[in-house]
Amino acid sequence: MAEIVYDKNGNAKPQTKALWRVFWILLGITAVEFVIAFTISSDTGFGKWLKISLFIILTFVKSFYIVGTFMHLKDEVKSLIWTIILPIIFVVWFIAALVYFEGSHIGEVR
Amino acid sequence: MKVGYGKLMMWIFLLSDTFTFSALLISYGLVRFSYPSFQDLNPGVLLKDFTFSQEWWPTPEAVFEAVPFLHGISLPLVFVGIMTFILIFSSVTMVLAVEAGHRMDKADVEKWMLWTILGGVTFLGSQAWEWNHFIHGTPEGSMIDGVQFFGANLVHNQYGPTAFADFFFFITGFHGTHVLSGVVLNVLVFYNTANGVYEKRGHYDMIEKVGLYWHFVDLVWVFVFTFFYLV
Repeated sequence: MAEIVYDKNGNAKPQTKALWRVFWILLGITAVEFVIAFTISSDTGFGKWLKISLFIILTFVKSFYIVGTFMHLKDEVKSLIWTIILPIIFVVWFIAALVYFEGSHIGEVR
Repeated sequence: MKVGYGKLMMWIFLLSDTFTFSALLISYGLVRFSYPSFQDLNPGVLLKDFTFSQEWWPTPEAVFEAVPFLHGISLPLVFVGIMTFILIFSSVTMVLAVEAGHRMDKADVEKWMLWTILGGVTFLGSQAWEWNHFIHGTPEGSMIDGVQFFGANLVHNQYGPTAFADFFFFITGFHGTHVLSGVVLNVLVFYNTANGVYEKRGHYDMIEKVGLYWHFVDLVWVFVFTFFYLV
């Protein structure tokens, strides 16, 4: 949160510009996701995986904005940021490694 | 660490909740991947000719295409799009309430908290409608073991394998439960704000802590929206 700014009469001014900007960014990204969902065809393997990768990338972009600005994690002290980010990095690493090395195993056991 | 105890513990709780939701979405992905897709079993057939069957996992566009008051018109993903908009909007009104709290502006906090509560209740109502539609199904239904079946329960569903409806109820239900507790917390802090509790206390930190939870609910929805409705 930015420093509180006072006007001539001593009343604190609302500082909401950055917050509304993030709202429009989130809305815009969601609109882009809709466009992708209806323009890129999943009929080919390439189109399907392109779509899935784009959705996952855009989802992470959105979550950075929500966590960074709405939950204002980027304005917190360094130790709090790492307390939250480090376990998440391990989880993502864990998922990626499992999917890469063991993902196809589910097809053999069903 | 120069962080208030309550805020730190809220973050730790949200971290543990992240693990729970990750586990749910990962198992959804694993089970979905283990089932054949429509095109695996119908090579050469385009997705626009998709039909429901117990043999393959449904594509979300085919399942979620109903919108209230527009009966019988196929509008894929429109209603979940509206729900996403409602939740993002209530997230921005929440952060505006937090900002007003930093300025000790009681009237502004009350105004934005009311908008946030309205958004949360609207989202819950939308979800109730969506569940209702999902449970009762479409007029066509599907043949299951030689019997015409409409809608979904935990054992059968017209859309695809049993696991599909189970995951739908469990994941969106678990998220909806979070929204419900978020609305309860929002009403609570609104009540306290209106009674001047935080003004007397000299800070609006409670709004910020409840706000963290509310944004987390929005964050989870972003992931549920992607992995359940888009992919």
